[in-house]
Amino acid sequence: MGVLGITILTLCALGVLAAAILYVVAQKFKVYEDPRIDDVEKMLPGANCGGCGFAGCRAMADALVKQDDISSLFCPVGGGDTMKAVASFLGKAAAEKEPQVAVVRCAGTCAVRPRTNKFDGASSCAVAASLYVGETGCSFGCLGFGDCVSACNFGALSMDGQTGLPVVDQDKCTACGACVKACPKGIIELRKKGPKDRRVFVSCVNKDKGGVARKACGAACIGCGKCAKTCPFGAITVENNLAYIDFNKCRLCRKCVAECPTGAIVEVNFPPRPAAKPAVEGKPAAAPAAKPAAEPKPAAEVKAAPVPEPKPAAPETKPAEKESKE
Amino acid sequence: MEKKLFVSPSPHVHGGDSTTRLMRDVVIALLPALAVSVWVFGLQTLVISAVAVASCVLFEYLIQRWLLKGASTIGNFSAIVTGLLLAFNLPVNIPVWLVILGSLVAIAVGKMTFGGLGKNPFNPALVGRVFLLISFPVQMTSFTAVRPDAMSGATPLAFVKEALKNGEKMENILAQINYTDLLTGFKAGSLGEVAALALLAGFVYLLVRKVISWHIPVTVLGSMAVLSAVLWGVDSQHYMSPLFHLLTGGALLGAIFMATDYVTSPMTHRGMLIYGCGIGVLTILIRTWGAYPEGMSFAILIMNSVVPLLNKYVKPRRFGVKK
Amino acid sequence: MLKSFPIGGVHPSENKLSRGAAIETFPVPETVTIPLSQHIGAPAVAAVAKGDKVVVGQVIATAGGFVSSNIHSSVSGTVTAVDAAVNGQGLRQPAVTIKVEGDEWDPAIDRSDKLVRECNLEPKEIIAKIQAAGIVGMGGATFPAHVKLSVPPGKKAEFLIINGVECEPYLTSDHRVMLERGEELLVGVTILMKALGVNKAFIGIENNKPDAIAHLTSLAAAYAGVEVVPLKVQYPQGGEKQLIAAVTGRQVPSAPALPIDVGAVVQNASTAVAVYEAVQKNKPLIERVVTVTGKGLAKPGNFKVRIGTPISALIAAAGGLPEDAGKVINGGPMMGRAMVNLDAPVTKGSSGVLVMSGSEACREAADTCIKCGKCVNVCPMGLEPYLLSKLSRKGMWEQAEKGIITDCIECGSCQFTCPAHLPLLDFIRLGKAKVMGIIRARAAAAAPKK
Repeated sequence: MGVLGITILTLCALGVLAAAILYVVAQKFKVYEDPRIDDVEKMLPGANCGGCGFAGCRAMADALVKQDDISSLFCPVGGGDTMKAVASFLGKAAAEKEPQVAVVRCAGTCAVRPRTNKFDGASSCAVAASLYVGETGCSFGCLGFGDCVSACNFGALSMDGQTGLPVVDQDKCTACGACVKACPKGIIELRKKGPKDRRVFVSCVNKDKGGVARKACGAACIGCGKCAKTCPFGAITVENNLAYIDFNKCRLCRKCVAECPTGAIVEVNFPPRPAAKPAVEGKPAAAPAAKPAAEPKPAAEVKAAPVPEPKPAAPETKPAEKESKE
Repeated sequence: MEKKLFVSPSPHVHGGDSTTRLMRDVVIALLPALAVSVWVFGLQTLVISAVAVASCVLFEYLIQRWLLKGASTIGNFSAIVTGLLLAFNLPVNIPVWLVILGSLVAIAVGKMTFGGLGKNPFNPALVGRVFLLISFPVQMTSFTAVRPDAMSGATPLAFVKEALKNGEKMENILAQINYTDLLTGFKAGSLGEVAALALLAGFVYLLVRKVISWHIPVTVLGSMAVLSAVLWGVDSQHYMSPLFHLLTGGALLGAIFMATDYVTSPMTHRGMLIYGCGIGVLTILIRTWGAYPEGMSFAILIMNSVVPLLNKYVKPRRFGVKK
Repeated sequence: MLKSFPIGGVHPSENKLSRGAAIETFPVPETVTIPLSQHIGAPAVAAVAKGDKVVVGQVIATAGGFVSSNIHSSVSGTVTAVDAAVNGQGLRQPAVTIKVEGDEWDPAIDRSDKLVRECNLEPKEIIAKIQAAGIVGMGGATFPAHVKLSVPPGKKAEFLIINGVECEPYLTSDHRVMLERGEELLVGVTILMKALGVNKAFIGIENNKPDAIAHLTSLAAAYAGVEVVPLKVQYPQGGEKQLIAAVTGRQVPSAPALPIDVGAVVQNASTAVAVYEAVQKNKPLIERVVTVTGKGLAKPGNFKVRIGTPISALIAAAGGLPEDAGKVINGGPMMGRAMVNLDAPVTKGSSGVLVMSGSEACREAADTCIKCGKCVNVCPMGLEPYLLSKLSRKGMWEQAEKGIITDCIECGSCQFTCPAHLPLLDFIRLGKAKVMGIIRARAAAAAPKK
């Protein structure tokens, strides 16, 4: 009895002592935190990708709660919906952004861009880029060691073994921008996802003169300017021997795609157009390709969607205009 | 250019060292001690060693391929080293199933749980040995007499500890200890710890091949010698001499082969000195006042747990910084 | 006991195949391509245009700042292009291309072999001549020589150290220069001593070149204050900080400290000869000795080559690119740069061209780190390469900076010794560049506040 009693008493006393210490310490070192930070953090996707510019979702939530004007903050993963929800919860005005997606601006596949040497260093684009031109003659294009793939927290990037280029899974891509930062060649760009996920962009960043670029890669933009002349909306500019399509001006007419002599302009997620295919893949002389490409296009879209042919064109352009104003 | 040249950042040449070569050298350095062990304990030594090595290799292969789904890593000899060191830490008449169990714990718990070679915080062979020692103390401490005239039934350390506890006179104890037997291996003990000279030969080989540096073995043995000499000097009737401490138990095996395990020892020479001293001091403390007669395994495992801290805070001597 | 540097170091196989090959004068090629950036610092600015006629020794590009260097034509002929040319790494860099016509030299250049010992110029005049001649460190670092010689106010040079270590395996160009041009080298040393105002010069030579040590020691007896210091063979002894520590026992602290802070100025042995030629013979830096070597080459040799000569021509002269060639390196095997474009030109910093076979060149597959600590113990700067490499790979720049990644001299000892064949230096180099960028950006951000 005596031993048991002492044991129980001792344990109880220890428990009370520990509780007292814990209580005192907890009171003494208490830090007040706005409870809304927790709530906002729960509303954020929790990917901790850093795409917003903060160290993680918690830091972003902290900023969202503490800053009066949150229009400069944006969570690329959660997108407009998340931001709206957070803004209404906090009673602030949220930024609105079109959904974006990462696009790889290099079409230098193994087939069109011959390998001239074998890189034997650490398998990293950053290491290769700091050393030399890369495994091909093109000093601008994709190096192919997948720094972007390892930078992606969402499994949205993968290397295509056939082409040696990274492929973006647009359903998984959250446009956090990690790959853009990771790519030492700066070939990945965040572009508007586009209406119905349709996009047209120049898949090349080579600024060498046409002849030099062409020698290194069959799919290089040679800065010939044909696309810029063709574009009815003035969306294409050619600078430093390289064409660039402004996605705010582009209305996805795809005339430039057919016009490009090297096939450097890429269209994504458009319905197939049977007659236009050879123009892209076969890369014949530009003149004959342009005509058939322009003509059967309406026919193709009529087949695919008979009635709404003019309709998608209207909403396609409107949001684009809105964005440019905002 | 027709031919595709290799391109890489410098350096373009390599010294030729490889993990496999280093591990193979450790195995070679262990062979003299194995030979002495066979001579002292008989062919059962080979059986136990073979079982330990084979089961360590097998367990590593199975775990790597079936659980971790990675490429096989047994080619780098590290599992062989673990198996051999585990066998060296077992008594000769241990049941074979215990050897297999020890190997399983050493590889599965001690090594692969953490991700395999290079990631384990504790020496896998010692994890296996200590597991067996705590779980099966009888089988792990029943040593056979090696020769009719030699001390039988107990290791010299256990014999002395027991005798001191019973209040025997130091002269009587010392009379029963033959230092030549301690050097050549005719004493009771685990397979690999008996032959001091053979272990020292392995040490020299490892030094010559630059597999290990002198820092850890010398500091372990040095700190053991210093601390035991202090105790001995204070009271030579109740404490054993430094020489006895260095030649008995796992002192040499531990200092040369177990404490120097790359993965679980510090990276810098300064760290190695602290780590070695820690092991030496702890070993003597456990041997003198602990419940077990031998403390080398525990001392190494305890210091293994300090290694990450040593790596973090004990930096190498920087160039251009005044002392 | 021979002297050496105090921390770390490795000893790669020396493979000095061309040590016995006397320097051969390489014929003037048909065209030369002379890059405008052959030195550390700002690129030079082209001073000629397409179609201009030039002679040997004529300035074709002027220094783009104090830390920059003039560039001279190494041939006579017509400028055919002032445009980007592909360098050894396949990148396009500005260069002047000249079609060779005859071999007409600037008349001011004294082309005789006569040794001119006396130099009556003032230190400032000497430095000005060296600067005008476009002399840069010829050991590979290509740091403009006049910058090192211009001791900043408040600091004092105590001694000159001549780097005759040539610790890179295979390379023998400095070795041959020391053997064949010893007198010129020593006159160059006295000129450099005069320019610096010091009365003590050490010539550090590793003990694997006993002939050069003996030769220069016997010659140096006639030159007051010049001492040859034999050194233990250990890589990277040719590193500036390592050499100073080996010769004087003084350690240069981390940046921003410079060798001059411990009173030392280091110049390469070939640079000293170039200084002699510039000051005594009015000859700018238009040619240099290049070792062309490799186990697969039929005739490894040392060639005196005009700057701008295609490296492919040198390889052809050494027996041609062998069948099994797997890697061509501009420089030595420890720190040289692998080439993709063999037609790239010889520059002021090209000390050698090394051809390795495919099996020699190919790296072994990387294994997992077993924490053996060998990299830590061979690092001559006392760094922790395993840690810095990991931090760089993970982009942890702050911690890499705390680990003094900026002290790394990129000698490659860690990677050379790593039993797991990890590409340690690949990532450390990357991290070092990144951290230096961060430090510069921080300094730039802090500057306006002051």
